[in-house]
Amino acid sequence: MRRFTSRWLTSGAVAATLALTACSSGFSGTSDTDALTSSDKALTVMIGSSGDAETAAVNEAVAGWSASSGTKASVIVASDLNQQLSQGFAAKKPADVFYLSTDALAGYASNGSLLAYGDQLSNKDDFYPSLVKAFTYHGKFYCAPKDFATLQLIINTDMWSAAGLTDSDFPKTWDQLEAVSKKLTGNGHVGLGMGGEYFRIGAFMAQAGGNLMNEDSTKATANSDGNVKALDFTKQMLDGGQLKFAKDLGAGWGGEAFGKGLAAMTIEGNWITGAMKADYPNIKYQVVELPAGPAGKGTMQFSNCWGIAADSPNQAAALKLVEKLTSKSDQLAFGTAFGPMPSIKSAGDEWKSENPGLVPFFSAVDYAMSVPTVKGFGDVVTDFNGKLESLATADPKVILDDTQKNIEALLK
Amino acid sequence: MTAVTTMPPTPAPAAKKKHRPRDTIAGWLFTAPMLVILGLFLVVPVGMALWVSFSDWTGRGSPFSSNVAFVGMNNYKDLVAGGGLAERDFGTSLRNNAWYVVLVVPIQTIVAIFLAVLVNRKVLKGRGFFRTAFYFPSVTSSVAITVLWLFLFGATGAVNKVLGFLGIHGPNWFQDPSGVVHNILGAFGITQGPTFLTDTNMLGLPLWDWLAGPSVAMSAFIIMAIFTTSGTFMLLFIAALQNLSGEVQEAAVIDGANGWQSFWYVTLPQLRPTVFTVVTLGVIGTWQVFDQIYTGTQGGPGKTTLTPAYLSYTSAFQSQEWGRGAAIAFVLFAIIVFFTLLQRLVLRERPLSRRHRRIYGGPAKGAGK
Repeated sequence: MRRFTSRWLTSGAVAATLALTACSSGFSGTSDTDALTSSDKALTVMIGSSGDAETAAVNEAVAGWSASSGTKASVIVASDLNQQLSQGFAAKKPADVFYLSTDALAGYASNGSLLAYGDQLSNKDDFYPSLVKAFTYHGKFYCAPKDFATLQLIINTDMWSAAGLTDSDFPKTWDQLEAVSKKLTGNGHVGLGMGGEYFRIGAFMAQAGGNLMNEDSTKATANSDGNVKALDFTKQMLDGGQLKFAKDLGAGWGGEAFGKGLAAMTIEGNWITGAMKADYPNIKYQVVELPAGPAGKGTMQFSNCWGIAADSPNQAAALKLVEKLTSKSDQLAFGTAFGPMPSIKSAGDEWKSENPGLVPFFSAVDYAMSVPTVKGFGDVVTDFNGKLESLATADPKVILDDTQKNIEALLK
Repeated sequence: MTAVTTMPPTPAPAAKKKHRPRDTIAGWLFTAPMLVILGLFLVVPVGMALWVSFSDWTGRGSPFSSNVAFVGMNNYKDLVAGGGLAERDFGTSLRNNAWYVVLVVPIQTIVAIFLAVLVNRKVLKGRGFFRTAFYFPSVTSSVAITVLWLFLFGATGAVNKVLGFLGIHGPNWFQDPSGVVHNILGAFGITQGPTFLTDTNMLGLPLWDWLAGPSVAMSAFIIMAIFTTSGTFMLLFIAALQNLSGEVQEAAVIDGANGWQSFWYVTLPQLRPTVFTVVTLGVIGTWQVFDQIYTGTQGGPGKTTLTPAYLSYTSAFQSQEWGRGAAIAFVLFAIIVFFTLLQRLVLRERPLSRRHRRIYGGPAKGAGK
């Protein structure tokens, strides 16, 4: 870490020297923050789309910018975003602007494929600080957060009232969550059915004050007390039978278990609203904030950003395009078209008033924790998820100790 | 010594060739397009991948650029002696795939022979229909079959419904990471292996876990592989069966061989070259299993359907560990070559042993050729 900080401090001088010697090593390309490439080349925007609505909305926004700026730009919908991005980077002909997830950030940033343009954004201060942190790698703010999603508790209101519960019973603590889950279990459904992976159980870890790594992703904290508490609690609920993982209910994810009526509650992100509307329109549900754990409120947040390639011949125009795509008007338009939450503070109130039922998702931006950014973290998560599958019969401490070792290996 | 004295005459044909240079040029000209295509699209990429497996290339720009360094066997060392997640993942993938090969190859070969013999019988009515039916899964895309399988073997899928009629509570197939061998041992009350198995590690995985057998999820893929490829290989066996001379068969019958004997002692030995082909193709195909995993389970549950081919893909494209991904591919290549050679050795044509010669009294050399 120290190495990178000092590099950052002296980056001005280093970058200038390296630019002169034209020795474009992996790092120089990205620390070269002052001089953006500029040309009249057309831009390509590569996205991984959730469906026609998203594709149409992005197409429209990009076409609008293209018409006003005079720079040609086209949108490519990738079928496998990571693979197509990798091919572009290897060929040194990448897409100029693209969706980039937090877990892909570290890999591409460390091989120098990305332009760290975050500090040059004119609307930089408008982004939520927690999102800026999510896209900061080795002290550099890499890319503008596109939107974000958080996890909250989704409740089937019919089952809720059938169990004799009212709004005042919404769980505020772990004990209450366990109690209502118990009450809701029966009649062919469990109280709580959720995905059994880190990206869901992590919410409990956050509520207990834990996460797999510290905030700056510089230290492994997998076997911390908070995480042990969180997994112990999850295991206790599993043993009691009021919590079941989606796959054990025969569902692909929490939303499916919830929509099929196999679970009265689930822990999912705001994307569930789209699935409910499309696949399970008859289920009535309400979104509430997750209960607070021993360390207070907590949940996980996920985000994508607009990456710009270090090898793009027209970075200046790409930056302008990203500023437009993250502007209030564009983000609100995206919100109406396919439902994501805006990544900038100035659009927050308007979005909330337009989506009153989803406010709990939005409120979480103040306390949600992000997925750590460190190269190779994806493999650790896959391994951790594999172990979580057998949580019901395993010792949480052993699982976390193993994961701790795996993360420490990444930091060497 | 005779070898030395006979050496000089050998250059003669080569010298003769030199007198006809136009033939040589024509030969090269005719093969040139194919050589260029093979070189460009096969030899060069394989060479590049081999270089990547020895380099620290990070996936940006050309692997041959000046800032990519040679790191020797480091990528390979990570896989076989790294002690970390990379080694354990590689060990797990080899374990999974080895069980897959061990079960799929023999069963699909036996099923293919069995089907071929069945549909080759002249008394069978509607042979054409059965041949088509058995071959049909092979022409369907593996992605389509995988999706079909995900439905069939879902927790409430057709397979579990049928098992339910029989009073069996079916497993949650594609979500069940438990090993089949472990489950069988567990039924006899053995849930913990002896310490020499649990404490000895190979490629980061305890020997006890190596012996876990294919997971329930992998078993579904094993059944699928047998279902889809048996038809293909059945076709090869039918072709071979139709090539056999009826006289040998008749002679066997006249000698008093019953149906089983004539199959086991007469038909099957004559099919040996086809068996070799089928087993070789089977071994190569099963060690490279990828599409099913990519579309079906992505290595889950609990990494029990992770295979080296899929791990190579994820290491490179998702984890940006390009050198490691390439190294896995080359280890896989070595494994396949090793097993192919081993099989050649096992299934090679042998002259009759002295004991057999005494029994059959047949010609000693070149038998069966």
